[in-house]
Amino acid sequence: MLSFYTLFYKEVLRVQKVAFQTLLAPILTALLYLLIFSHVLEQHVEVYPGVRYTAFLIPGLVMMSVLQNAFANSSSSLIQSKITGNIVFVLLAPIAYGEFFAAYVLASVVRGLAVGLGVYLSALWFSQPPMQYPLWIVSFALLGSAFLGAMGVVAGIWAEKFDQLAGFQNFIIMPLTFLSGVFYSIHSLPTFWQSLSRFNPFFYMIDGFRYGFFGTSDISPWFSVAVVGGCLLAMTGITLVMLRSGYKLRG
Amino acid sequence: MFPAVDARQVHKHFGSLHALDGVDLRIEQGEFFGLLGPNGAGKTTLINLLAGLALPDGGQIFVLGHDVVKQYRESRRLLGVVPQELVFDPFFTVRETLRLQSGYFGLRHNDAWIDEVMHHLDLTDKADTNMRRLSGGMKRRVLVAQALVHKPPVIVLDEPTAGVDVELRQTMWHFIQQLNRDGHTVLLTTHYLEEAEALCGRIAMLKRGRVVALDSTRNLLSSIAGCRVRLKLAGILPAALQSQVVEKTGENYLLALSTYQALERVLAELRLAGVTVQEMALQQPDLEDVFISVMGR
Ligand SMILES: Nc1ncnc2c1ncn2[C@@H]1O[C@H](COP(=O)(O)OP(=O)(O)OP(=O)(O)O)[C@@H](O)[C@H]1O
Ligand SMILES: [Mg+2]
Repeated sequence: MLSFYTLFYKEVLRVQKVAFQTLLAPILTALLYLLIFSHVLEQHVEVYPGVRYTAFLIPGLVMMSVLQNAFANSSSSLIQSKITGNIVFVLLAPIAYGEFFAAYVLASVVRGLAVGLGVYLSALWFSQPPMQYPLWIVSFALLGSAFLGAMGVVAGIWAEKFDQLAGFQNFIIMPLTFLSGVFYSIHSLPTFWQSLSRFNPFFYMIDGFRYGFFGTSDISPWFSVAVVGGCLLAMTGITLVMLRSGYKLRG
Repeated sequence: MFPAVDARQVHKHFGSLHALDGVDLRIEQGEFFGLLGPNGAGKTTLINLLAGLALPDGGQIFVLGHDVVKQYRESRRLLGVVPQELVFDPFFTVRETLRLQSGYFGLRHNDAWIDEVMHHLDLTDKADTNMRRLSGGMKRRVLVAQALVHKPPVIVLDEPTAGVDVELRQTMWHFIQQLNRDGHTVLLTTHYLEEAEALCGRIAMLKRGRVVALDSTRNLLSSIAGCRVRLKLAGILPAALQSQVVEKTGENYLLALSTYQALERVLAELRLAGVTVQEMALQQPDLEDVFISVMGR
């Protein structure tokens, strides 16, 4: 138990020591999106009746930041440790693979939520979306960031070089988040893209998260939470099997 | 009583390379054991398997009776490994590094021992310095300290003195020997053979993944029969002695002697030829001679 806690603490300490990069920079990025998109679209788009576009955009941006940062945390920490070699300190210690998994994922959740909260609080200055069901908000934020944290563990272990990780980020994570309805409701898409979105787990995360704010969504939050929970379970299974086998960590 | 380390028919392949080819090795508790061999012999590979950093393709390794694969948590708790590569976490200071390592091993409130280890390795001044700001030798000392935070019964040192200055090498060995006297088993690899000769009670030599020699240091030394005599002559070495020459530089000769008695014949031949001996010194065979003879086989 203490091994797990120490590894978790070390990961959080790492985030703190480079907070400029890990916390401030992503918050600034999200605010820039908010500034530009809301400036351009505020007058033209009304996604949900009676909800101004800026208010609509905020939950999506918050969730996008949560997800991207959760992924970035575990994946970049692991690849850095692998490349500098200091991962041996963890590998030499009597840390069970389940503890290893939990520590990296939980630290990712912490970073994801910290960035998300930062984006939310600073976005309030522009517009104040309602907050109908806080419990849904918290549930989707936790499940989504854990899913991305686990995915980051897989990517960080699989990648041998920084550019492989960047590829994973640019060709999988980015498209999936952008095509998940952060900037629009999928009902505004052509049918083909609408049905394609149904296969994107990120869509359910964003949609369910947004439901917590407005009380309306494209899909029932119960269905979304089942999809996201199922994805998290599957990803956890895959990651644990990978860790137990020592894949790419223990040659 | 379980052996500290028990490797049985261990095999490891890297592609077509047979890095470990059926290694059997048994190290008893309390030993100071040397693992020697040329570059690429497989020393680090064996240590990696022992520490669970890599998995064997065949065979088993036990640390104090615990299988390093099946009972990895128990076996890792019993081991303290100093890796050969100089690695560190640039985010932390020396003390933070040692505290984190203690935590990984499940130890809370370990500061008293951490302070003692830092003191013995002359790191106290650097306790609050970031790892990035340490010199190479200091980073190596932190690696040693990290391996010792949990007072492991079996200490594994993979070339711990590479890049460490003479004074610290002395202090470090003093500390490790003290731990060995207190009952800790030590497994050491090094390319400084005088170091191994002075410290290790038993030695295994590894060559291309096989154990080619395994005996007490004393037996290994006496397996090289005889001794050597270094001579500086005012004249030419008589033909009768040419077959014994090991090395020759100018009028300096190094002759091999099968026994000490053989020295009498050398002196007799020199007297007969009227060659004056200007300097003479007898040399005991050292581990380097054993090493060269074993590896040359
Ligand atoms: N991860 C790896 N992939 C491929 N080959 C490897 C790997 N690790 C070691 N080897 C090879 O296995 C052999 C044994 O290497 P090892 O590092 O065990 O040698 P060593 O005895 O520790 O040498 P040195 O004294 O140089 O440290 C070498 O030929 C090395 O190239
Ligand atoms: Mg080596």
